[in-house]
Amino acid sequence: MTAEHVLFFIFGAVSLIGAISVISFKHPIYSALSLIVTFFAQAGLFVLLGAHFVAAVQVIVYAGAIMVLFLFVIMLLNLGTLPAKSALTGKMKSIAVVFGVLLAAEVIFIAISAMNDTEVGSETTREAAAAFAEKSVTTYNIGELLFSKYLLPFEVTSLILLAALIGVIVLVKRENQTHN
Amino acid sequence: MALGLEYYLVLSALLFTIGVLGVLIRRNAIIMFMCIELMLNAANLAFVAISRSLGQAEGQLFVFFVMAVAAAEVAIGLAIIVSVFKHKETINVDEVNSLKG
Repeated sequence: MTAEHVLFFIFGAVSLIGAISVISFKHPIYSALSLIVTFFAQAGLFVLLGAHFVAAVQVIVYAGAIMVLFLFVIMLLNLGTLPAKSALTGKMKSIAVVFGVLLAAEVIFIAISAMNDTEVGSETTREAAAAFAEKSVTTYNIGELLFSKYLLPFEVTSLILLAALIGVIVLVKRENQTHN
Repeated sequence: MALGLEYYLVLSALLFTIGVLGVLIRRNAIIMFMCIELMLNAANLAFVAISRSLGQAEGQLFVFFVMAVAAAEVAIGLAIIVSVFKHKETINVDEVNSLKG
């Protein structure tokens, strides 16, 4: 039991509990706050994996910007006053849980068997990983790759954000015109 | 000795499944949306874990692209939810069942 094991199980348990809370709380505000807990635990897992920059971006973008947007919309719509009725009966819910467990088993089986079949799980790769974990990817490496080999995808990402910006403005504007 | 890849893959699979279950069980559009974020995050965790296993930085780069797309998706999706709420006074997806505007 190394420190990494202990920290992995703590962060993993917190993220799983947070995720289960997201789908079990009735009120969306509680779900959003549980999701923030999950995101923070995942940032901890990223630090364990040596991805410090990804962890920082996770906290800033996901737990910061995206969740503020969620909370803003929930409070704007004032959803707490709506009647909280669920169309699903208890029987349908239990069927969903059974198929969910099946899906989990399937995904785990595929991931582990693919890992064992390919070079990811081989001994040489494991040794490389151990060596790699020592030095870990720095922000410098990521920036270097992002602005050389992956420059085109990086620029396309900015186009996606521009399209999202225009899309949101158009959606809101059309709303105003129908009301006038 | 670093923790094996399989631990992270199993955790990622479990988080993904919880996200799928949330989309199946819940009828509140905002909570379904949060579950989609949960699934994207599970994929990000697998990306970073495999990136470390292969000893390459590419996996971490793809996490950035996933995050950028997720940010765009959240902005658009929440705008759609707000305009649906203005029309229908509900965000229960079972009651939003007509495409006739």
